[in-house]
Amino acid sequence: MSDRTSAPPLRVFLVDDESPARERLKTLLDDIAPELATVVVGEARNGMEALQAVPTAAAQLVLLDIRMPGMDGLEVARHLASLDPAPAIVFVTAHDRHAVEAFELNALDYLLKPVRAERLVAALRKALAGAAPARDQLARAAHAPREYISVAERNRIVLIPVRDIVFLRAEQKYVTLRTRNAEHLIEEPLIALEREFADTFVRIHRNSLVSRAAIRGFERAAGSAEDDPRWLIVLDGIADRLPVSRRQWPVLRELVAERPA
Amino acid sequence: MASIRQNAYPDRLPDWRNLGVIARVLVAVNAMLAASALAAGRDFAEALERFMQGALVVEPLMLACIVSLCLLSGLLARLPYWIGCAAVLSLVLVLAGGAHALVMSSPLTTGAHAWHSLLLAAAATAALLAYFRLLAKAHSPALSEARLQALQARIRPHFLFNSLNAVLAFIRSDPKRAERALEDLAELFRSLMSEARQFVRLEEEITLLERYADLEQLRLGERLRISWELDAAPSDALVPPLLLQPLLENAVYHGVEPTMQTADVLVRIERLGDRVHAHIENPYVEAAQQRAGNRMALDNIRERLMLFFDAEARVETRVHAGRYSVDIELPYRTRMP
Repeated sequence: MSDRTSAPPLRVFLVDDESPARERLKTLLDDIAPELATVVVGEARNGMEALQAVPTAAAQLVLLDIRMPGMDGLEVARHLASLDPAPAIVFVTAHDRHAVEAFELNALDYLLKPVRAERLVAALRKALAGAAPARDQLARAAHAPREYISVAERNRIVLIPVRDIVFLRAEQKYVTLRTRNAEHLIEEPLIALEREFADTFVRIHRNSLVSRAAIRGFERAAGSAEDDPRWLIVLDGIADRLPVSRRQWPVLRELVAERPA
Repeated sequence: MASIRQNAYPDRLPDWRNLGVIARVLVAVNAMLAASALAAGRDFAEALERFMQGALVVEPLMLACIVSLCLLSGLLARLPYWIGCAAVLSLVLVLAGGAHALVMSSPLTTGAHAWHSLLLAAAATAALLAYFRLLAKAHSPALSEARLQALQARIRPHFLFNSLNAVLAFIRSDPKRAERALEDLAELFRSLMSEARQFVRLEEEITLLERYADLEQLRLGERLRISWELDAAPSDALVPPLLLQPLLENAVYHGVEPTMQTADVLVRIERLGDRVHAHIENPYVEAAQQRAGNRMALDNIRERLMLFFDAEARVETRVHAGRYSVDIELPYRTRMP
């Protein structure tokens, strides 16, 4: 109770596609003000709006619905996690058995709709006391691969559609993400990306993954021996040729051979 | 309420006016005829000849039986089951006797004995009655199971909790609206939890649709726009309960919730001649196709319509010009046999 006057109110952002649900949360936040002061710094009706607005709103905590049109709440949370500092997240769901199981398993905070005031206070306190959810914690709770990969820039989150990515290559500390017309540096480990997007990308080398759909063919590397050729991969829409490792070559040759002409 | 309550499923004669029943009779009798011809003939040519000869007598006789059974269907249905069976058998025997007499008087006759023809007709009739009884028996547990499934699959828990959440949101700002929503919710659940009924009047089903739509409207606001075309809906038609509500729920779940744009949903129910047509359409949202549950509701409705109307009901779905639609067609009936 002593912090009631001294501490600044908690900056909360609301994300839910149903407007009555957002209204209800606002009413509840008002109701709990004597116990925990909050200020609603923004609202969004879907994931995209949230990703645009949260970074500039400097929200400390996001109350995030799971099921929304377009991007679902879990993917939104994974992109928000790339912010620094990342906001705390409390998921809100009406009934989603799988999501709730995943939250329990990965120690993520959540509330069930209809939300009760006491539970809201408890969840907000708990989320504030702990750290913002880590990326891998959220990744484990997700049941589907993301549709976007995000890069946090100053006060905004840049989303790159996974289907636009031509290749991913690990450099020393970062992974270079290449689309037809841009290049980004991301901080996620290549191995995690390979696991999440196994259907979209294939490994061609210890340090790189390429989009299965972008493979055009192979070229023999200049100067490689006739009886022991080294191969380069030709990719759609970009001029770069990436080396294929000896180890991955049989996998790729088979992959291309199986493909309908 | 003009519904027919029935929890047990006593033996009942088939509905002789039902196309599915008639089709089964046609196929079964011809199959029996073919089998006997194949058994008696020394080779295929002889069997074919026997079949044709037999058909000359059997087909007109069978048609006469079907027509008489159709005409007497209402009367037969009111008799206790075993008396009804006896009545059907006597009817067939009388007609077969007549047919036999006619054949004997013609020059084509092969000189079969009267008792021979009558025995065959009686055996075929008994076999068919036994078959229909077994069929009905096989369907009865399916019927109660289908209902149970319907109960479980029908209302998504998501809908219940989100609706309650929406009601809570309105309690302080618009108490009247919240009250009405709770009444709607109560009525919806009363229908869902009511004891098993085979049929309800269409107007009851339409009221249910409207209650459900009001609740979704509360939650989704301007995102949901429903157009109702109900002027030609026959309010007295009997339909299986919860025939349309799951379809409207599907329309919202697959066509409205996954999109941010205003979604137009159309509900049209009309009577065309002796058929009732229901049409529900919604925007087709590609991304929503991975959402589970659509097939379950549709399969359930198909199954129930098949049980009640056999071949006389149809369920069709299609995707055209960015719209998904479900069409249901069933016979217009105000009384059930």
